[in-house]
Amino acid sequence: MKHDIIEKNIGLMIALILLAISFGGLAQIVPLFFAKQTTQAIEGLMPLTAVQLEGRDVYIREGCHVCHTQMVRPLRAETERYGHYSVAGEHVYEHPFLWGSKRTGPDLARVGERYSDAWHLAHLFNPRHVVPESNMPAFPWLFEQTVDGSKTPKKMRALRSVGVPYTDEDIANAEASVDGTTEADALVAYMQQLGTLLKHTR
Amino acid sequence: MSMFWSIWVIVITLIVLLGSVWLLFATRKITVVDAKSADADNEDNNGVNNSDNDQSSADKSKSEPQLLTTGHNYDGIEEYDNPLPRWWFNLFLITAIFGFVYLILYPGFGSYPGLLKWTSVNEWQQDIDKAELQTAEIFSQYREKPLEEVAQIPEAMKTAQRLFNNNCSVCHGSDGRGSYGFPNLADNDWLYGGRPAAIESSIRHGRQGVMPGWGQVVGEGGVGHLTDYLFSLSEREHNAESAASGKQAFTTYCAACHGADAKGNVALGAPNLTDSIWLYGGSPLLVMQSIRDGRNGNMPAQQGLIKDDKIHLLAAYVYRLSKLQQ
Repeated sequence: MKHDIIEKNIGLMIALILLAISFGGLAQIVPLFFAKQTTQAIEGLMPLTAVQLEGRDVYIREGCHVCHTQMVRPLRAETERYGHYSVAGEHVYEHPFLWGSKRTGPDLARVGERYSDAWHLAHLFNPRHVVPESNMPAFPWLFEQTVDGSKTPKKMRALRSVGVPYTDEDIANAEASVDGTTEADALVAYMQQLGTLLKHTR
Repeated sequence: MSMFWSIWVIVITLIVLLGSVWLLFATRKITVVDAKSADADNEDNNGVNNSDNDQSSADKSKSEPQLLTTGHNYDGIEEYDNPLPRWWFNLFLITAIFGFVYLILYPGFGSYPGLLKWTSVNEWQQDIDKAELQTAEIFSQYREKPLEEVAQIPEAMKTAQRLFNNNCSVCHGSDGRGSYGFPNLADNDWLYGGRPAAIESSIRHGRQGVMPGWGQVVGEGGVGHLTDYLFSLSEREHNAESAASGKQAFTTYCAACHGADAKGNVALGAPNLTDSIWLYGGSPLLVMQSIRDGRNGNMPAQQGLIKDDKIHLLAAYVYRLSKLQQ
């Protein structure tokens, strides 16, 4: 055995360790960068509008993804409750993903168009107004604060640079269309489009 | 997955699998055979400090000859060169064999689908089909029966209550009595009609309220007059003079939908304004807000989300809720 050589050359040891631990990623992750399933949008998938994009940032800021997943697994129990299972092609425009990993609240991958806007607003203002047993926090400040549209074009340009097909027109109109929207309305606009492309009749 | 990436995955997986097995066997045997020469090396390298250790290790190697050291010596701490315990070695070996068998049976080797042809979506479909078989029989009993009849079947209503709790109670409440902005389903007041067909249609196709705001048209004074007029209809405290001018505005702007007698119109979903039921609150302030800004309640369509058989049961359940009140 020549392990003496490895043990006494720390540089060689680092190189070999990196090689050993990279095998998993090389086999499991790298091919996904080139697979159609994971890189091509499903039919009808549109980039988020400026208001929805800002709503998504409110979603991230308030940590919704900490308690709500956006990932319906292909299990009957889940599709019976939420609808069609999630597919990778639905998420190709998302940077970063909001799949989440913990379900304190229900999954939101298919929440779009399931409840009315009014319900969402009432629920965000105080969840117990509509669901008495809910333990979700209330978010009343979303109704007082408006979205800052000055950064929206920048965000859209950044997303475009990683492959989200925003047009120049989208970006030019972004600030005006966002202006004056309350954070609650933006968040509801974001949620109402979630998962509406794939339908499964429960 | 293209051929290239398929081969890529297979090759890397095999390298890792076979490499792990090779490592397992390669490190199994004791490599330090000659304890004395190893000890001699130690002496050369570390000098006098080790004389005590040498003594003890020499003693040990007499009584336990398998306890040989690798020759490493760090501040008097030596390293044995023992193989893995047999149970541990076997565990690794079984894991490797399991992994290999798994990759033959299940997808894993690139685009090779595995002998069992398992996919998560197929398994999901099987579960769905199995459940359908069981439930189809149950639901088919009720499919052709009119709602009035289904509403009388206790088992059907038990199922329907579960469906209602899962799908409807979030807005309408677990008792169906609704709340601010969400209609009470357990009374006999209906925006869009309470006949079985109307209820089923409301669930299937949804409803969209279309009350525009009148604040700009009638002005703040007009909103007050209209409110007084509405309160006069439901015999509440009101200013008679204001109500009189409110009546004029009502005939001009409101009667088209709510009717000249303000008793509403189920074809349009215009509520009856002469009773004491107020979906958006009956306090003067809230009634004024409704007139000023309008109301656009929205019941999302459930067709395509919930199966027709289940909608049928839900409609029967809602129908029954209202009948229980009589």
